[in-house]
Amino acid sequence: MEEQLNTVFASYKGEKNELIPVLQDVQEEIGYLPEEAMREVARFVRVPESKVFGVATFYARFHLQPRGNHIIRLCCGTACHVRGASKIADRIKTELDVEVNGTTEDMKFTYEEVACIGACGLAPVMTIDKTTFGKLDPDKMKKILATFGEDAEGGEA
Amino acid sequence: MYERHILICAGTGCISSGADKVQEALIKSLQEHNLQDKVRIIMSGCHGFCEKGPLFIVFPEDVFYCGVQAEDVPELVEEYLIKGNMVERLLYKDPVSEEIVINHDKIMFYSKQQRLALRNCGVIDPENIDEYIIRGGYLGLKNALKMEPSEVVEEIKSSGLRGRGGAGFPTGMKWQFCLSSEGAKKYVVCNADEGDPGAFMDRSLLEGDPHAVLEGMMITGQAINADEGYIYVRSEYPLAIQRLRTAIRQAEEYGMLGENILGFGFNFKVKIKEGAGAFVCGEETALLASIEGRRGVPRHRPPFPAVEGLWNKPTVINNVETLANVPLILRRGAEQFASVGTEGSKGTKVFALTGKVNNTGLVEVPMGITIREVVFDIGGGIRFGKKFKAAQIGGPSGGCIPEEHLDLPIDFDSLTAAGAMMGSGGLVVVDEDTCMVDLARYFLSFTKKESCGQCIPCRIGTNQMYDILEDITEGRGKPEDVALLEELATAVKKGSMCGLGQTAPNPVLTTLRYFRDEYEAHVNEKRCPALVCKPLLQYYIDAEKCIGCQRCIKACPVDAITGEKKQPHEIDQELCTQCSACFDACPKKVSAVVVVSEGLKTEEEVEVCEEGCKCQS
Repeated sequence: MEEQLNTVFASYKGEKNELIPVLQDVQEEIGYLPEEAMREVARFVRVPESKVFGVATFYARFHLQPRGNHIIRLCCGTACHVRGASKIADRIKTELDVEVNGTTEDMKFTYEEVACIGACGLAPVMTIDKTTFGKLDPDKMKKILATFGEDAEGGEA
Repeated sequence: MYERHILICAGTGCISSGADKVQEALIKSLQEHNLQDKVRIIMSGCHGFCEKGPLFIVFPEDVFYCGVQAEDVPELVEEYLIKGNMVERLLYKDPVSEEIVINHDKIMFYSKQQRLALRNCGVIDPENIDEYIIRGGYLGLKNALKMEPSEVVEEIKSSGLRGRGGAGFPTGMKWQFCLSSEGAKKYVVCNADEGDPGAFMDRSLLEGDPHAVLEGMMITGQAINADEGYIYVRSEYPLAIQRLRTAIRQAEEYGMLGENILGFGFNFKVKIKEGAGAFVCGEETALLASIEGRRGVPRHRPPFPAVEGLWNKPTVINNVETLANVPLILRRGAEQFASVGTEGSKGTKVFALTGKVNNTGLVEVPMGITIREVVFDIGGGIRFGKKFKAAQIGGPSGGCIPEEHLDLPIDFDSLTAAGAMMGSGGLVVVDEDTCMVDLARYFLSFTKKESCGQCIPCRIGTNQMYDILEDITEGRGKPEDVALLEELATAVKKGSMCGLGQTAPNPVLTTLRYFRDEYEAHVNEKRCPALVCKPLLQYYIDAEKCIGCQRCIKACPVDAITGEKKQPHEIDQELCTQCSACFDACPKKVSAVVVVSEGLKTEEEVEVCEEGCKCQS
């Protein structure tokens, strides 16, 4: 981990206002924010550890637990909501046996619900890693999940 | 010399519908027919018509093909580009008249629009600064640099431009405050933290015309004597961030950004700050805290950011769309800008038109247009011939406008009077299948999650409102709940510190105002008229229609359905979870599964058990 952190720190000056971008890059590198990494970040940008923890828990995009290989983000924005996103949500949860923000036992998928992806024209929408899938219905969603079947590629942080 | 230009929309919507595959196929097909030197492909920003993507427009004749997939490309090249025959099945068909429309400006979706802020979106290649300059880009900046800062401020003031981010504060006045503030160091901040669910105009602008936003920021810099700007953009918008980076790099190479810009001695640099996922950061003081590397929590105003902003220096914060309008005003003059719109709201507004309309997408309309025109003319009416119920305007803090107000002109003041607000410009159309109580509950589930927790009315109030709404939608509503909800909503509105809490009750208050009968049906009759609230629904199988195909039996996740093959099936009401899987599984031709909401047992019918609770069973 030390090496990964040093790679990130190399492109920063170690100033207070860099806290959020540093945490973002650390998460991109490691996949989540382990306690030890947050301590190191605190030392690097010279702010109390409590402040780092405060920031890391305030913003939704920071994760303190390891996550699955593929990140499913179901859009629960208004346009998706009125076009039936909750049905897709129910199906994903039963299909993968996960709760919101949960990770499947095999660490393959992490399931998140997000406010709006901004692709409302294609509602309901979800993204898996960096790919957007639109005009979903429960069956189409199931087929898409199946295409993420066997591979074990690393996903996005 | 190219004979033809083909514009393929490369906005997020069209890319997820397969626009990049269409591009690949087109390059291949053009090469096969040796047309690569005659036809130029332009991957443009968002055309707005995301519903029909990927869009494929052929110029100079302006033929609009939509829903084009990679496998359609060879046919388009051979039949249309070479032989000149229209490929009819890929042309746009008007959802109302069912007529085929060839030219894109004849399509109702486009013909009623007036694209000023979106002037370049879908027209230019956003990754090529030359195309922006050819279309008059950076001329506004040049004009501004010839003027005194106070003259630039005056120009914006007389244009009547008001902030497009939500509150509609006069932009020129904001600039004036900042210009008059003392201090050698000042900042320009672009608020691109577009958090409203159902809104994507900022994303499309940044993706489709990033230079317009940069130019707007520089003009602001000239007006308030600032030499540094920040763009605070959501990390959920990777494509927008990438195109902004490209635009900044190109502008620097051209001497449009940096030192001594255009030889006028004006310096300006721009940095991008990625958000980390907090809706409240759209509030200006929270946004500043986030740029400074802190928790994005709002603070009391005054002092306003124009006096004490980023790192306590005077700062102007403007929304993306506001900034995109600025170059136009400096280029064509305030008078021309003010010639569009109404008395109190000048210019145009971009709306993200979504929900249950036929044509969803991004639309820009002159202020003062009626909601009816937007929904029925541009939007092409309601999908599947259903009935219009309400237009939800202004995001999670906006309000629901019912049918009787369809002729309301869209401007800042009349929307506020109707209990909604312009907000950032989300316009979600809902039909008879949407439950208004559930919709209010949905918005509260969003705002309660996004409340920063600092002030009590917002933190506790949104949770309490949510709990009451949840009770009502799950059949536990009490007659006094409706009045309590109203009282609570008013208190949260009055007592909250920032815009989030002050507007969070709007969806509750407007649905109570216009759709009180739905609340009453839920509370008094335990009935959901729109058949949405699951605990109030019951599923039955019509024995006369059922063909006994057992599809519903296989679909049911809780094994609540029984029945032999070719015999009518039956749902065990005790086991049923109202998940609707059987309803979806039943073949459309058969439609034997029926869903009703005829009211659960009333107070008198419910037996009071030993513990004194009133359970439904």
